[in-house]
Amino acid sequence: MTELATKAVVRDAAMGLSTARALHPSTVNSPVVAAGSLLNIEQLSVADVAGILATTTRLQAMNAAERARLLAGRTIALLFYESSTRTRTSFELAAKSLGAMTTLVSDKSSSIEKGETLKDTGLTLRALGAEAIILRHPASGAPELLARVTGLPILNAGDGMHQHPSQALLDLRTILLRLGKDPGTVDSKTLAGVTVAIVGDISHSRVARSNAQLLPRLGARVILCGPVELLPKTALGLDPHEGSPLEIARDFDSTLGQSDVVMMLRIQKERLAGVSLDLAGYVERYQLGVERLAAYAPKALVMHPGPIIRGLEITGEVADGAQAAIELQVAQGLAVRRAVLLRAFGVQV
Amino acid sequence: MSEILILNGHLIDPASGIDAERDLLVRDGRIAAVELPGALASVTAAERIDASGLVVAPGLIDLHVHLREPGQTYKETIASGTSAAAAGGFTTVVAMPNTTPVNDSVKSLRWMLDPARGAVVKLLAMSAATFGSLGDKITDFRELVASGAVGFTDDGKPVLDDEVMRAALVAAAGFGVPVSQHAEDTRLSVGGSMNAGPVAFRLGLRGIPAEAESKIVERDLRLLVEIEQTERLRPHLHVQHVSTARALNAIREAKKQGLHVTCEAAPHHFTLTDEAIGACGPRGIAYNSNAKMNPPLRAESDRQALIEALLDGTVDCIATDHAPHASHEKEVEFERAANGITGLETALGLALRELHRKRGMSLERIITLMSAQPAKIIGQRHRGSLRVGSYADVVLFDAAAEWRFDVSASRSKSWNTPFDGAVMLGRIHATISEGRVV
Repeated sequence: MTELATKAVVRDAAMGLSTARALHPSTVNSPVVAAGSLLNIEQLSVADVAGILATTTRLQAMNAAERARLLAGRTIALLFYESSTRTRTSFELAAKSLGAMTTLVSDKSSSIEKGETLKDTGLTLRALGAEAIILRHPASGAPELLARVTGLPILNAGDGMHQHPSQALLDLRTILLRLGKDPGTVDSKTLAGVTVAIVGDISHSRVARSNAQLLPRLGARVILCGPVELLPKTALGLDPHEGSPLEIARDFDSTLGQSDVVMMLRIQKERLAGVSLDLAGYVERYQLGVERLAAYAPKALVMHPGPIIRGLEITGEVADGAQAAIELQVAQGLAVRRAVLLRAFGVQV
Repeated sequence: MSEILILNGHLIDPASGIDAERDLLVRDGRIAAVELPGALASVTAAERIDASGLVVAPGLIDLHVHLREPGQTYKETIASGTSAAAAGGFTTVVAMPNTTPVNDSVKSLRWMLDPARGAVVKLLAMSAATFGSLGDKITDFRELVASGAVGFTDDGKPVLDDEVMRAALVAAAGFGVPVSQHAEDTRLSVGGSMNAGPVAFRLGLRGIPAEAESKIVERDLRLLVEIEQTERLRPHLHVQHVSTARALNAIREAKKQGLHVTCEAAPHHFTLTDEAIGACGPRGIAYNSNAKMNPPLRAESDRQALIEALLDGTVDCIATDHAPHASHEKEVEFERAANGITGLETALGLALRELHRKRGMSLERIITLMSAQPAKIIGQRHRGSLRVGSYADVVLFDAAAEWRFDVSASRSKSWNTPFDGAVMLGRIHATISEGRVV
């Protein structure tokens, strides 16, 4: 950091403001990211992941009253520029169950509609006492910007096509529970011998990116499966370079035949600008229906981050069937997000 | 008579083939004498500069700067931009016409070039190739050249339409000036905010493919061939900020065929790659919009191809594409951030570090790329050289000095650079513009 920026950070810290905002006009050159932020899955080491999951297990064992003391009196803002059912509700319920006060700001009912910038919205929330912000935003990299300009812990609840780190954590916990492994202890060999297929619109999926970067580091073999329009070769740029290299496969049946876990992804119509996709052909090649599942992966765990489009990437029968863990994923979301929130505030259990 | 005597320096003037110890006398804004050391000892000059340990070279010439005046003076003015140029060793800059309003008329050109604007070094300008740079109808090249335009460009945008580009090349050929093309097929780059590839995929950003640049370059080269054959004219295409191996290969081939094509490279393209946007890791920061420009930072293979092209002569000159932006235009979501970075004060430092020290390019060649050749491209016969009679545009620099760029000391109004704190090689000691130290 330049001298001016350092002075400003020291001054602001003295005023009780932990902030990256400096006299230096170019704040983006002087990044200071609060320690409790969760911006992407890459920032977490395997030990960090293990810590979050261990905390999750401990939190699950506590009773509600005990949990409600942990973040009592803290203020958390949820800032959602995109619609969300699962993520928003589970973050909100997680925060409230820890005793925190929460407020939800959505782009459709705020001055964001009048053109207020992300930076100013963040500074406003900070001025109102928000000590952490949970952000969902359509632009990749928005959480990094918010972290830099506010200096607050920022939890990424999904940024554009980029990352959904808490989703990868809850997906991991779900896998561990269903495969009969201890969800409280995790290391680089935990998923050794486990093959996970991530299927569908990977090019537009932040869930795919976060999972593809986490699972190999825990020992899993990850196969990305989809048509070239939704899964270009550049997807190999996701490889975390720890554990087995990512693989790309076009044939869903043979991929299924090798998989212990299948993560299905929605076709993100809202992000499909300029991609011409033959939907009927897609359904034939990549839809997960009962016959295909029974024929090629009768024992596999079926997952989906939701929302599911019944009849498109997955049939209702499979989604509601015994192999699916969709509702368990949602429940794990609440559990894991409690741990992520405690981490944001540096609170240990 | 105002005189400056520059003594004990190492003169490097590619245009006159000098790379040796020389003393230099400046008088009334012109180079008055270039002599062996000591030969000018008897001259009593008002000002004497001891250039011991320094390189003395013709002032640097930047064919591509955005000075934001008129209309966007909150981020730069002609005065502040040329002041930054002087700090970077530049004595001539060519202003791009994408101001507000676009510089497409004699009136706006004259206004821009008027000394009342307070330019600290020599200001030249390219006029818009089409009215409003809308790409539909070419401007009046005759009257604009007569009023001082040194070339035509719609920079910021390409001249996309085949017929319009052809008309521009034909018209410009009639006046011996280049059409300077921002080569971007906007149908291919739409929605993109960085180079297409594995880094863009990882960052979840739509990418701009290399073909967006090379397709337009190839089209423009085909037009050169066609015009030479049918019009018996020899049009001059100047390709701006070339960033891809594909475009460089096309230009290299075209030069072999004898077509009149020149091109420029910006320091950020031979120094950085698209990885600069994705600098991640534990607690790392990514999406630095100070690494966002158009054309974008490319893959390492493109960067290496660009360095090879600088070494083998395919690239004719270095031009900064100095593009100041205010912090409120950059401190937004990456995909929405304005394109461009500043560059005047870091150009020589990066060129010496990356090309001279790391790749063994001679200082003589560096100065050819940054002074002699740019002068030739825009037909400035009395600049880019220290021949007696040339304008006294001189730069003195310590080629061995290593220093760190501190953006807070910049003379530009804008601080949008990825090079704050970066190591530079080569420190400007003095810049003299037409005989005045600036």
